[in-house]
Amino acid sequence: MNAQSMIQMIDVRKRFGAQEVLKGVNLSIFEGKTTVIVGESGQGKSLIIKHILGLMKPTSGKVLVNGKDINTISRKGLKEIRANFGVLFQHAALFDSMTVFENVALPLRERTKASEEEIRNKVAEMLTLMDLEGSGEKYPAQISGGMKKRVGLARALVLNPKIVFFDEPTTGLDIAKSNEIYRVFFRTQTKLGYTSVIVSHDVPKIFKLADYVALLYNGVIQDCLSPEDFQTSENPVIREFVEKTMGHIYESERMEG
Amino acid sequence: MIRILNTVGELTLYYVNQAGRMGIFLAFVVFNIIKLPYYKISHVIKQIYIIGTLSVFVIVFTGAFTGMVLALQGYNTLSKFGSEGLIGSVVALSLIRELGPVLAALMVTGRAGSAICAEIGIMRISEQIDALECMAIDPHKYIMAPKFIAALASVPLLTAVFNVVGIFGGYIVGVKLMGANEGAFFTSMYRDVEFADISMGFIKSVCFGLLIVWICAAKGYYVHMERSGGFGAEGVSRVTTSAVVLSSVSILVLDYIITSLLI
Ligand SMILES: Nc1ncnc2c1ncn2[C@@H]1O[C@H](COP(=O)(O)OP(=O)(O)OP(=O)(O)O)[C@@H](O)[C@H]1O
Ligand SMILES: [Mg+2]
Repeated sequence: MNAQSMIQMIDVRKRFGAQEVLKGVNLSIFEGKTTVIVGESGQGKSLIIKHILGLMKPTSGKVLVNGKDINTISRKGLKEIRANFGVLFQHAALFDSMTVFENVALPLRERTKASEEEIRNKVAEMLTLMDLEGSGEKYPAQISGGMKKRVGLARALVLNPKIVFFDEPTTGLDIAKSNEIYRVFFRTQTKLGYTSVIVSHDVPKIFKLADYVALLYNGVIQDCLSPEDFQTSENPVIREFVEKTMGHIYESERMEG
Repeated sequence: MIRILNTVGELTLYYVNQAGRMGIFLAFVVFNIIKLPYYKISHVIKQIYIIGTLSVFVIVFTGAFTGMVLALQGYNTLSKFGSEGLIGSVVALSLIRELGPVLAALMVTGRAGSAICAEIGIMRISEQIDALECMAIDPHKYIMAPKFIAALASVPLLTAVFNVVGIFGGYIVGVKLMGANEGAFFTSMYRDVEFADISMGFIKSVCFGLLIVWICAAKGYYVHMERSGGFGAEGVSRVTTSAVVLSSVSILVLDYIITSLLI
């Protein structure tokens, strides 16, 4: 659309044996904006993120980050691009033989020249932000699923990334915690102005955070619209999705009222 | 017929592919080791502890028994020719040239090689390696380089320990138990062991060290590309077994090759 698009997926297809999961995905992610990818389980949302990260190669099609094709770029170039990324994996992918503290400290240790004291302060700050004080010495196996998510978020945000990818950041969190996480996103984004790509099932709450909402269905991005346009879209697939995911709210409101 | 050709072709491609990616893997790691200032000495020390220090007990134990049995066998054979005096040089030469490097390498494969492979394999299947890459931390540098350096440093040292303990074991059995002449034991050893023998043993142990860590690390690193299916706990256990088997076999083959080149 315009020149500000930071990430572009052009006709990306991905096939696993006989199953074609992505069937020509076109998606633009705009600088400084929050794009939320929604869609039913198993549609390939996590796969889209893995393609943008360069962890998977498309069967055909291109993924451009800052105008550079992530699959043909040199290793050094790829590393430079990834240096701006902050990633939360769907299953957190914490380093399971390191403590929570060390997990969050790792990017600081390996990528910056920060002193031990700076590291300790920064990590403590991130852990407080994610409401994890006192869990620093625990190992990933000793904390709950929702805590793992928050450790993953702390690790993703510790280096002040320019682009963040959050795969289901609030799945498995209680409502108060997930509201708190959304507030953290909002705060850090206004502070850092990062571009974010969020995969979420938390419709419609996630709409409050979104600048754009993209629906993945049947291997293609049906449309990428602002939340208001999304909810009033004429596209039958989007309308069905909106009704299915938000319908129950209207219904329960009606029953209560 | 076509099916057979197909399978043969597929297998060939798979193994050529595997050899290729293992070669590239080695090149990346070596490149990262040469780029000196970028990895941390504390990681290397930790790995030397895991690969080297923790193997010392096993090495001492096996070394002692190897030397003892060498002396036992050697004494019985040599006494048939009336040359028990040579027992010292027989024990020392067999250990230094051959048994020390090979057996120490096999023990390290079993103890540390399998652990390296399983550790890296688990990191791969639980997306920890992907996570590292996305943080712009090169796993070749962060995980592999310290392990390679540690193995290259530890295996020759462990081999030396194996040899020393083995010779001592041989001395106990040959001299104290079987009653060979103590003076002859040491003089024959000093006389017959040459620098070439020691350097052969050293070259072997360095090559074996590299071979072990290379095969075990690369196998774990590429567990998701295994032909037998690299999924979950079973995938890791299978790849660990195959890494141990492959490095043990390769050690014996490489041992023959090095011996034939240096002899
Ligand atoms: N490595 C793989 N090999 C084979 N199939 C895969 C692989 N990775 C993903 N798939 C398939 O791709 C599809 C999409 O997977 P993906 O994890 O992207 O779904 P998702 O949209 O993130 O779902 P969820 O909301 O449940 O996380 C699934 O049908 C899955 O079976
Ligand atoms: Mg997913």
